[in-house]
Amino acid sequence: MTLAPDVLALQLLTGLALGALYALLAIGLSLIFGMLTVVNFAHGAFFMVGAYVGFFLYGLTGSFWASLVGAPLAVGAVGLVVERFLVRPLYGRGLDYPLLLTFGLAYVLVEIVRILFGKQGLPFDTPEALSGAVDVWVGYFPLYRLFVIGAAAAATLAVWLFIDKTSYGLIIRAGARDPVIVRILGIDIARVWLAIFGIGAALAGFAGVLAAPLQGVAPEMGDTVLAEAFVVTVIGGMGSLLGAVVAGLLVGVTISMTSLFAPEMARVCVFALMALVLLVRPQGMFGRAGLLS
Amino acid sequence: MRPLSLALTAQRARDGTDALTRRRVLIAALFLGVFPWLMPYKALAINVLIYGLYAVGFNLLYGYLGMLSFGHAAFFGTGAYGCGIVVARWGKPWFLAIPAGVFSAAVVALAIGYLAIRTRGIYFAMVTLALAQCVYYVFFQAESLTGGENGLRGVNVRSISLPGVSLNLLRPTTKYYFILFFVVVALWIVSRILASPFGAVIEAIREREARARACGYNVAAFKLITFVVSGALCGLAGALNAIHLSTVPIESLVYETSGLAVIMSLLGGTGTFFGPFVGAAAFLLIQDLTALWTEHWQLIAGAVYMIFVLFFPRGIWGSVLEWLYR
Amino acid sequence: MAASAGVAVALVPSGFAALRAQQVPIRVGFPVPLTGPYGAEAKDQVRAAQLAIAEFNESGGLKGRKAELLVRDDKLNPGEAVTRTLELIESYKVDSIVGGLSASVQLSINNVTKERKVLFNSISQSDVINEAQDFSIYTFHEALNPHMTTGAVGRYVFPRFGKRVVFLAPDYAYGHEMVRGFLSVGRQFNIQVLAQILHPLGATDYSTFFPRIQALKPDLVCICNFGRDQQLSIKQATDFGLKRNARIVVPILLYTARVAAGPKAYEGVIGGTSYYWRLEDTIPSAKTFNDRFRKAYGGAVPSDYGSLGYAGVRTVLEAMRRAGTTDVARVVEAMLGLKYDFYKGPEYYRACDHQAVQSVVIIESKSKDMESPADVFNILHVEQPAQTHLRSCQELGHTA
Repeated sequence: MTLAPDVLALQLLTGLALGALYALLAIGLSLIFGMLTVVNFAHGAFFMVGAYVGFFLYGLTGSFWASLVGAPLAVGAVGLVVERFLVRPLYGRGLDYPLLLTFGLAYVLVEIVRILFGKQGLPFDTPEALSGAVDVWVGYFPLYRLFVIGAAAAATLAVWLFIDKTSYGLIIRAGARDPVIVRILGIDIARVWLAIFGIGAALAGFAGVLAAPLQGVAPEMGDTVLAEAFVVTVIGGMGSLLGAVVAGLLVGVTISMTSLFAPEMARVCVFALMALVLLVRPQGMFGRAGLLS
Repeated sequence: MRPLSLALTAQRARDGTDALTRRRVLIAALFLGVFPWLMPYKALAINVLIYGLYAVGFNLLYGYLGMLSFGHAAFFGTGAYGCGIVVARWGKPWFLAIPAGVFSAAVVALAIGYLAIRTRGIYFAMVTLALAQCVYYVFFQAESLTGGENGLRGVNVRSISLPGVSLNLLRPTTKYYFILFFVVVALWIVSRILASPFGAVIEAIREREARARACGYNVAAFKLITFVVSGALCGLAGALNAIHLSTVPIESLVYETSGLAVIMSLLGGTGTFFGPFVGAAAFLLIQDLTALWTEHWQLIAGAVYMIFVLFFPRGIWGSVLEWLYR
Repeated sequence: MAASAGVAVALVPSGFAALRAQQVPIRVGFPVPLTGPYGAEAKDQVRAAQLAIAEFNESGGLKGRKAELLVRDDKLNPGEAVTRTLELIESYKVDSIVGGLSASVQLSINNVTKERKVLFNSISQSDVINEAQDFSIYTFHEALNPHMTTGAVGRYVFPRFGKRVVFLAPDYAYGHEMVRGFLSVGRQFNIQVLAQILHPLGATDYSTFFPRIQALKPDLVCICNFGRDQQLSIKQATDFGLKRNARIVVPILLYTARVAAGPKAYEGVIGGTSYYWRLEDTIPSAKTFNDRFRKAYGGAVPSDYGSLGYAGVRTVLEAMRRAGTTDVARVVEAMLGLKYDFYKGPEYYRACDHQAVQSVVIIESKSKDMESPADVFNILHVEQPAQTHLRSCQELGHTA
């Protein structure tokens, strides 16, 4: 098969748009895991709830921008409630309990959405201002996908600035390294963890509402995405922001490139990539060694 | 960390002082003997046997050695396909098919285990998940042998001729006792392993790996052997499932099936002998009964798991034990 | 419970057996995926099936013996479906099973009913169920199969819209069968296959396929997937502007999927279906069926898969009435003798593989001039039933 370079370039761009969503999800997972050592199985459900809240707000206000802002806020609030009342009692009990709890929570959230919005998926049209394709020099590319790349990049930048440049971020970083010392210094670490869980959930919600115009909304939409987000997080290294972004884009591009040459292998390739990375470098690309061993 | 009371239970088990522990296989066999009459229907009782064994096999690795695997569907599925292919494609009898299923699961476990035990903690979980996905893909693609997405049909073992008797497996009760026989043998093996010095070593590794190593134990070998035994037990569960359903669905290999082992063990109580079995029974019963009266059964199932995690963290059987040994 | 009832009855002298037959209703087991992505279709199937039961009972049943429907959730999982089927057969002694909404589920149910000599009417698409290897004398296939559907769609679109074709199909039996069907009919029209692209089942992002498809400049893009895969791939193809130069064709254009995805994404997409409610404009039995359905369910119209639930149950009950018994061998004989028009025009079961020979409706999704929210398709053509549109009995491996 001969391939024109412009097809390859478009394929690469498609991969980046896909990877941007993975990265957003993985950042949330990775934050929650890195700081709280909680493996959040409800992350896919948060993504799905974000898409539904976006759908609801879009219908209510008629403005996509309102849902773009409102959905992450709403899911973030859900995250706060979940951390405070469900996850917090489980700290210090090991890895398994939060895992099982969030697994159960995912069931509950999906079913609540089914009751409220029906089992059938619902259409979510691309907002008028962002629909259509634009000339990107190598060919035409859907405008909305470019917007997804931009929005994901902006959100990532904001999180990075918050964590790396603000005094809150300093506390968060310190808390991840040694919660006991932080507590001794008189800082309420519980509030930091609460905030982190909220931010992680909000990012998942943001990814959900961004994804909604690409795939519509459906109660099951979080299921597949969860597995992929875990893979990205693990490849990047649990707890590493940079790792989440790099691995997200890497996985997105891997999928788009295998789609070109051996489409049916696209998904297994991702898992093979994960196995490979872990066997060579067990803590992931940018992860700290020895975490949770 | 394990709760002290459970560590005590384990201690008593090794001392052989505790009646419940010493006769645990006998007790299990007696209870399971009358079990079908406690369940709404026989096919569900058989499912409990099979998934109970699956969870017990998983728990050997997770509960006793402390390694959380997200890839045990690979062994359940390989066991099912191994047994199913021998019957449906090659037309060989059940007494070759079941060992073939167990053996192929053990081989796959050896390969996955060899790679995975280099990692630990959450990374171990993820490596097993990834490799299990690769196994899924291989079986999915080998359509001429496995039937691919359509599943493998025709694993029909209608009757079994033993010297002097012929068992009709189309009769649900007969099928139940046929499968129960294998499950009890497997439980007996697990019980023997746990009561042996080998069992003491793997629990020592769970509690403190470095100390076990310092005592001169080859930790990697112990881990690998446990991994393979665990895989073989899950393979047996899979092989029995193939005979029970007379088909092998590709769903046997998906990661949700791996998750099932984790959930059932946690629900019942990890690191206890009966816990995973109790967990499997509770899980399947909750699912079955709630699905009958509401299509939103997942809401109830999810809420029940959350309540258990929050208020009965030792699982059903773990909580019972705690109450018994208070 | 049922088991103990069975024991009690066995103790009663055999003279009372006939009396018992009067009292015990005819039981039809109905495993469908109430939870999961096809929940909407499954629910519609249940409603339609219940209509068939009600009609049977109102018209006197089988010599006064009434029928009842035992609905079970198969969760779209073959293992669960087998467990539930065993429950229905062993504990409830059902007289027939009707249901299944995926190829793997219906094939595994088929394996169980075949072993236990229970009548099964399958209501979802599969080519394999017709083939000799899985054939059961007790199994009938009321749904269309991929070969029939793609044949009808191909015969309609290839002469009209061009010969340069790209296939996008999910990588499993359903997708392979659909592509094979299109290729088989395509040979008659000398189509030029530019690419056959397989995607993983249940993919959520199809964008990665479209740059390449666009570069091939096809006239037709045949998207051979189902359910949510179909919704997503068509929506994303629309976003990529694929419709500017090519026409999108699907083998099965689902009513519920179209309603869920909205008019914009599906605009102009052509596909086949077993049933669309607007058939009532020309077919009296469709009108009767729709009206009953509307009356029972607050004005709603039945979907394509929903009506299969009706037809699947009604044929079984009708055959029992004709046979005058629920004895499976005689009911099978009566099924083969049926020439029926229950909701979509004439149908009958072919003798060698028990496939329902029936019409295929070619429809196009519309976004304008919709008279009601349910008015989503234009009927372009109805291909009349013909055995020549099925794969031949020899091809399927049947000797008869």
